[in-house]
Amino acid sequence: MKTSQSLKANHIHAGYDKKIIIDGIDITIPNNKISVIIGANACGKSTLLKTLARLIQPSVGEILLDGKKISEIPPKQLARVLGLLPQSPVVPEGITVADLVGRGRFPYQSFLKGLGKKDYEAVEEALEIMGITDLANRCVDELSGGQRQRVWIAMALAQQTDILLLDEPTTYLDITYQVEILDLLTDLNRKRGTTIVMVLHDINLSARYADYIFALHKGKLISEGTPAEIITEGLIKQVFDLECSVIKDPVSGSPFIVPKGRHHVNYQTSSVTTG
Amino acid sequence: MKTSKIILLLSVSLLGLSLCILASLAFGARFISFNEVIDILIHSRRTTINEIVVHERIPRTVFGIMAGAALGVSGALMQAITRNPIADPSILGVNTGASLFVVGGIAFFRISTPGEYILFASIGAAITAVFVYGIGSMGQGGATPIKLALAGAATSAALSSLVSAIILPRTDVMNAVRFWQVGSISGATWEGIVTVLPFLIVGVVLGLLSTPALDALAMGDDIATGLGVRTGVVRLVGALAGVLLCGATTALAGPIGFVGLMVPHTMRLICGPNLRWVIPMSAIGGAILLILSDVLGRLIGSPSELEAGIVTAFIGAPILIIIAMRSKVRAL
Repeated sequence: MKTSQSLKANHIHAGYDKKIIIDGIDITIPNNKISVIIGANACGKSTLLKTLARLIQPSVGEILLDGKKISEIPPKQLARVLGLLPQSPVVPEGITVADLVGRGRFPYQSFLKGLGKKDYEAVEEALEIMGITDLANRCVDELSGGQRQRVWIAMALAQQTDILLLDEPTTYLDITYQVEILDLLTDLNRKRGTTIVMVLHDINLSARYADYIFALHKGKLISEGTPAEIITEGLIKQVFDLECSVIKDPVSGSPFIVPKGRHHVNYQTSSVTTG
Repeated sequence: MKTSKIILLLSVSLLGLSLCILASLAFGARFISFNEVIDILIHSRRTTINEIVVHERIPRTVFGIMAGAALGVSGALMQAITRNPIADPSILGVNTGASLFVVGGIAFFRISTPGEYILFASIGAAITAVFVYGIGSMGQGGATPIKLALAGAATSAALSSLVSAIILPRTDVMNAVRFWQVGSISGATWEGIVTVLPFLIVGVVLGLLSTPALDALAMGDDIATGLGVRTGVVRLVGALAGVLLCGATTALAGPIGFVGLMVPHTMRLICGPNLRWVIPMSAIGGAILLILSDVLGRLIGSPSELEAGIVTAFIGAPILIIIAMRSKVRAL
């Protein structure tokens, strides 16, 4: 079992060019847990994830990994601990699944040496965890959206990091694949103890799959805690400016939000609330 | 790619290259049979006319291999750096920058030796590359493929007009650069080859060293950064290698288009996107294409010659159209 490393943001401000998007955030990512960052569009949730993943340099503050500033850790060494799956990565034309997953071994490669036995084992294991071993020799271009996303996650797994950051890993996928991907990530978290941090759009899936939630609003962290603790009508109103009822998810027992629009609100809410 | 396929591919392409080399020594104003060429090479005599002719064709053949290989690798590197399948030294304006400095050097500093040409061409190529990269990096999102290609095209157009402005009023310069401007390997000398060789070696070594990182870069800057690639450093080293290779080649041969564009593209179709194979195969493919073009130019233009740069354009254009129609050309 690998020792888990702790990831922390120390009062960071960050943004693109001169526009500040993250406005003073302090967070500590819980070890060996699945954390989800939620918030409305343009609230800074992707920017926060990218800052944690050192894609964006904070203008003020520091990201710390085990107390060390990540900007001072050699990039390859950092990449063996902290993995990242960004939004819309590029599939090189004509690449096979095994080749793409193999590229996740870059942090372990030295110059001109090809992949070694350890690397092939890591690739095989990643393919197996994501259930795509039989696709190994297929071209990534030919795969469906759900299969392709599994290939990308397998690439991040081949990197064998203690921490994995994912930026909206379920976007553009059918509901079936969304659930499948979140189940696979949960397997990974439970089997390997991988700390997972992701940005998700769907609040109900977030509440079901997250151990811990960070809620962002206008570049500030306004609430954090377990879904049961923090997902309330008041928080949803504050974060999304949306009236809703919070009920119990009949499958998982986690909080489940039912939005109230201007229409179709004449049904008796009491009959819906079963828990 | 499987090992057996790599070995097959390497053997076939090296056999093809050997045939091209033989053809380059045999064909021309005076045809010498392959058997005789081999016999002359083995015994290394220089008494009969045929023996002298073969030996005179050696430097241009050697230089053709080097220049073709350098242009192929340079194109592969630039396409990888910009993640743009149609990037090549001429589209990014690097060739034109090298041309401008050489033409300016001839007009204003009376340069004439291969060493001076290489110096001026490399400086011109480097300045243009930095300039185009700088312009292409401005604004949001950094140096995206589209911005780089646009910056390169605009810069190239502006520099070409400067080249014309320098040449047109000066008859002596026009004569000096007339053949050089279309790209030719016929004037190669051993002195030129020896001068250019170190630049090419450094370029190839730098290019090979950056292949794993460039492969990571092919999946996007975010993924590459996540894998521990210093994207800025890799782009810089790869660009330096590409600039050295095409600058040094352009200095001696003039701007030869299409090799850097067409060869890596074809090689990616044959051996997939891994640069570990695309780069060496582009070197061999580039050498084959340039020597073949040179030989064809001698046959078509007989009893005179057609410059290799014109032939590569004629072979390259239709092949590129076929490639573009058959496969989806998109971001790498």
